[in-house]
Amino acid sequence: MRNLWLIPALPFLGFLANGIFGRKFPKGVVNAIAILSVVASFAKVLVVFLSVPDLAATPVHEHYFTWIKSGAFSVGWDFAVDKLTMIMLMIVTGIGSLIHIYATGYMAREEGYYRFFAYMNLFMFFMLDLVLAANYLILFVGWEGVGLCSYLLIGFYFVKKSATTAGNKAFIVNRIGDFGFSLAMFLIVVNFGTLDFTQVFSAAPGKPVGTLTAIALLLLLGACGKSAQIPLYVWLPDAMEGPTPVSALIHAATMVTAGVYMCTRSAAIFTHAPVAMETVAIIGLATAVFAATIGLAQNDIKKVFAYSTVSQLGYMFLGVGVGAFSAGIWHLMTHAFFKALLFLGAGSVIHACHGEQDMRHMGGLKKYAPWTCLTLACASLAISGFPFTSGYFSKDAILSAAYGYAPWMYWVGVVTAGMTAFYVWRAFWMTFMGEYKGHGHPHESPPSMLAPLVVLAVLSLGGGYFFNVPKILDSMFPIAEGAENMNLTYISVVFGLIGIALSYYMYVMNKELPERIAASFGGLYNLIYNKYFVDEIYDATVVNPMIIGSTTVLWHGVDQGVIDGIVNGVGTESKSIGGLLKQLQSGNIRSYATWVVLGAVALLIVMGVTAMGFAAGVGQ
Amino acid sequence: MPEALQALNNGVPIAWYLILSAVLFALGVAGFLFRRNIITVFMCIELMLNAVNLSFVAFSNQHKLVSGQIFTFFVMVVAAAEAAVGLAIILTVFKNRQTLNIDEINSLKN
Repeated sequence: MRNLWLIPALPFLGFLANGIFGRKFPKGVVNAIAILSVVASFAKVLVVFLSVPDLAATPVHEHYFTWIKSGAFSVGWDFAVDKLTMIMLMIVTGIGSLIHIYATGYMAREEGYYRFFAYMNLFMFFMLDLVLAANYLILFVGWEGVGLCSYLLIGFYFVKKSATTAGNKAFIVNRIGDFGFSLAMFLIVVNFGTLDFTQVFSAAPGKPVGTLTAIALLLLLGACGKSAQIPLYVWLPDAMEGPTPVSALIHAATMVTAGVYMCTRSAAIFTHAPVAMETVAIIGLATAVFAATIGLAQNDIKKVFAYSTVSQLGYMFLGVGVGAFSAGIWHLMTHAFFKALLFLGAGSVIHACHGEQDMRHMGGLKKYAPWTCLTLACASLAISGFPFTSGYFSKDAILSAAYGYAPWMYWVGVVTAGMTAFYVWRAFWMTFMGEYKGHGHPHESPPSMLAPLVVLAVLSLGGGYFFNVPKILDSMFPIAEGAENMNLTYISVVFGLIGIALSYYMYVMNKELPERIAASFGGLYNLIYNKYFVDEIYDATVVNPMIIGSTTVLWHGVDQGVIDGIVNGVGTESKSIGGLLKQLQSGNIRSYATWVVLGAVALLIVMGVTAMGFAAGVGQ
Repeated sequence: MPEALQALNNGVPIAWYLILSAVLFALGVAGFLFRRNIITVFMCIELMLNAVNLSFVAFSNQHKLVSGQIFTFFVMVVAAAEAAVGLAIILTVFKNRQTLNIDEINSLKN
């Protein structure tokens, strides 16, 4: 036994301690519990990593107890670690530790400090459960749990109406995805008789393609909800109402990548369902382009990065869809590095500007917050795919795989990469160059916030080179044979550089140009500025009809009409019958007594008559 | 049981006991219905109970079964409890309303 359960249990203990007693603890103790529980979990992951020489040959599998047993079907509480899980564990606990450290600085003056860290630790528990799960049901427990924590943390500032509605939105939109996931699990139980990963995946090749396609598409629906893909991406940009460390940890680095992880984990099902694979690729690509165009025109720094996250998740799904699972996971990892850094950097910027999030009121922060500027530059280079940064390797792996699958996908992906570079650097120039246009005096963040930024900056630059995920996962997902086409790499790098250069030209050298362009393409600009009016369309086609239907049919019709009608009707009828009987209640005791006597006499007569009848019957 | 008493017992037919019981019960009912003083009404209830007790005992003796006498004890226990509670209620009613006229105690009406 390697006691894998300790990995999620440690953050859970932190959650219990801070959640129950946190109110009474001083901040130092809350910090210590929150950080140490996650760091200890990270240490435990390292111990497992170092103690197992070859995870590919000997995956660790631990069975704790049988959770559900019904006839031949049984679900155990099982954890398993193979190379894919190990990568995810490293990302979740490693980046989780850094963000917890950062959060102690960022949240230092917030109300509900202990509540924040309790939720964060609870999130770590569920996320690690999700990653360690050895069957679909345990994965689903973690899946739902991280959704719950996401809801709690988006609505962390619960006195703000927009935060609570954003939390509701995230939760409700995810219900649609989870509906798909549940149906997929039912189909798996019906067709495979088990939910265990190894059993399902070894039996998958023998099943009919139609069944596998249905399962894969339903799993994809689940992944679309959790990982914010078209058509369910709408919750993620709103989720930025949560505190910035939450955006970095949950809505950029870990939870939203759970869909990618789940699809990769289910690769055995997906690879035998080509239609589903193609759907994954198209949804991923469409999301990548769509979100990138929205990102071009946003002014809220967190919104830019939120749409960027949606777009990058689209890349990962593109990788999964074209069969380059390990490339998708590679991009998941590098994205975790640079997007966590972008968000933490954005948090540092917001901190510096006293809570201002609108980039038009920033500028010139290079002078005031040099470390934030430097680290954010590293992240921006990485996401733009600048040569030899982490994003360069992973994005290139996905794009060249996409070229092998269908060249047009590569070209769309490359154009999107150019847009990515443009909007990220646009945010960078608007924030750090020029003159400061905000209020108050901007200031650099405390060391507890800067240290994680520096670590993440190093990872963003070197992470792709040092952790070559496709090589690590070669035993699970063999690297596709085929000549490396360096031209593809050059083209995508050039598009990234064009994006950077164009943003520099428009936002540093020629500052009135963007407004002129926005004015001359007024309709188009309005369309993307307003996010293609997707929220409004959803409101008009789904949300409002549902509200109207619920109000008129379910509320006024069924609830008030039928249910209340029955309940109140019974009451009114009883009352009117009682009104008749009330006439008997004269209040005069002697009249009651008379009734009693009359009743007794009547009873006697009845008894006498029956007795006589009985006697007569016997007599005959 | 002494001889004389046995003879006396045997000499009285059960019908006499039952007639006495019925008369007592009818008196109780009449008083219960027609008297106005609560205490009188209350005593009439006791009278009815005791009329029933008499018929129980008479049947018990007739059939040589002890259960009738046991019933009588139960009735007496209930009557005693009822007397305690009932008298307490009557006292409270009198304290609050300065009357024991049964026709004036009708606040539950409507």
